[in-house]
Amino acid sequence: MATIHVNLISGRSIQQGVAIEGGKEKPAYRTAAGLIELDPSDLKKLGAWKSTNVRVTSDYGSVVVKAIETTQGPHPGLAFIPMGPWANSIVDPNTYSTGMPTFKGTPVKVDVAMKEPVLLGIELVQNLCGVK
Amino acid sequence: MTKTVTDVICPFCGTLCDDLEVVVSDDGKQLLEVYNACVIGTEKFLHSQSKDRVTRPRLHQPDGTWKEVSYDDAVEYTAQLLAKAKKPLMYGWSSTNCEAQSVGNEIAEISRACCDNTAAVCHGTTLIAVQDIGIPSCTLGEIKNRADRIIFWGCNPAHAHPRHMSRYSIFPRGFFTGKGQMSRKMVVVDPRVTDTAKMADVHLQIEQGRDYELLNALRVALNNEWLPDVVAGIPKEKIREVADMMKSGRFGIIFFGMGVTQSLSKNHNIDEAIALTKHLNEFTKFSIMPMRGHYNVTGSGEVFAWQFGFPYSVDLTRGFARYNPGDTSSIDLLVRGEVDAMFTIGSDPGAHFPISAVKQIAKLPSVCIDPHLTPTSGVSKLHVPVAFNGVETGGNCYRMDNVPIDCRKVVEPPEGMLTDEQFLTKVRDRLKQLKGVA
Repeated sequence: MATIHVNLISGRSIQQGVAIEGGKEKPAYRTAAGLIELDPSDLKKLGAWKSTNVRVTSDYGSVVVKAIETTQGPHPGLAFIPMGPWANSIVDPNTYSTGMPTFKGTPVKVDVAMKEPVLLGIELVQNLCGVK
Repeated sequence: MTKTVTDVICPFCGTLCDDLEVVVSDDGKQLLEVYNACVIGTEKFLHSQSKDRVTRPRLHQPDGTWKEVSYDDAVEYTAQLLAKAKKPLMYGWSSTNCEAQSVGNEIAEISRACCDNTAAVCHGTTLIAVQDIGIPSCTLGEIKNRADRIIFWGCNPAHAHPRHMSRYSIFPRGFFTGKGQMSRKMVVVDPRVTDTAKMADVHLQIEQGRDYELLNALRVALNNEWLPDVVAGIPKEKIREVADMMKSGRFGIIFFGMGVTQSLSKNHNIDEAIALTKHLNEFTKFSIMPMRGHYNVTGSGEVFAWQFGFPYSVDLTRGFARYNPGDTSSIDLLVRGEVDAMFTIGSDPGAHFPISAVKQIAKLPSVCIDPHLTPTSGVSKLHVPVAFNGVETGGNCYRMDNVPIDCRKVVEPPEGMLTDEQFLTKVRDRLKQLKGVA
């Protein structure tokens, strides 16, 4: 198992869209958006099986998500986390005076974290904010 | 017996599909089936019927539990919060109707708030670019009937606007596009091989964040000038091929999305995309359109613009409207710790703002008005559930091409629930009493 460095983007996936309308408190939201899509070559470099939990870390934070093989690839060197609290725990909040954070193009490192759980959406935000 | 309501508007994305059919029970209280909608729209309608839905306002207790309160108490809490705050932030607006937005703007004026909509994390940079150099645009109807060159730049309608291609841009047979997709050329620019890209005639798999360079290279190719061998990961032959394809059309359209607005360069990417569109008009007819996300984010921009003069990031703390993204925009205000109360409606900054901004929301006195349970409601002090707009109440909305469409009410909300507009009107009236405004 190794650490890999990739460029992270976030955005809509249709599964994420269905899950937010179905209820963000439900485990289905985590299934749809608590994941990172990696290129098969990057998964290989990481030395992880598909559907292994990984810890993704940037200069702005760290989060545990499930690593899956990309559904819209190939895109070596690029990683995708659907928009939501998991992606937003680590994206670059700098707006460079536009009001818009840099949701696409955050350098991140990915490590295998098999024993760590992926939290539910609301739970994750409450934990990070120190709210019960 | 059941009855079918036809021509229902879908309140999910900016495509605002207007051909849905919804089956409701005879007494109009239950929604049973949805036809014609995409999978996300269907889920939105059906979720309004879920049994575990919260139907009364709730106050967050220190131990993490919630205490149910009446709507009157919630109105009092919200009005007091806004009256006491020196610089409240009123954020959201994109999943509610224009009528409620207008009442919200009155509240913002009385409480001297900063107001912002979800363009802040969506097409805010597009609005800056439009103010810089204007926008040559058109309606989706014109695209359906005329467009034979379709460019999707940094957007993935197969996932984000699922019926966009079948209703307007790729498949429909229009007046001058009688052969449907056979009469159109489709180009997708995206760093991933998205499900939209898989359908394209040409997919330019651009290096992420290099949109400005590629847009500029296309302009160079239009003029048949010298190009480097590779720009943004795309060989020059491919760039010339796409430039020729664009020039040879009768009517082209560039749809662009978060790929350009959220990458570095931000508004400058869109400046260049609009400049490319202008340039293409020297050869043929070309238009450009942002793929707006929330179904009424465009409407929110319109209401802000006609009442305050600016489409988002409006600061009313001095008693008049100021607009200066970076200074008056929500994420910057939150991260700098400049606001002292948070009012959220019709959006979910808890899930869609960077966590450093959400941490600030959690520290502030806050109200979240949303029919769903969300990360925002989870960190807010008061959660006010309301009727679903476009399902349990009607109201005006704007499609992504700035065409206003009236949503339809299809079922009754659960008994005793207020709509956004009703709740906001009560807050406004109470706030006027507190502030001594006639």
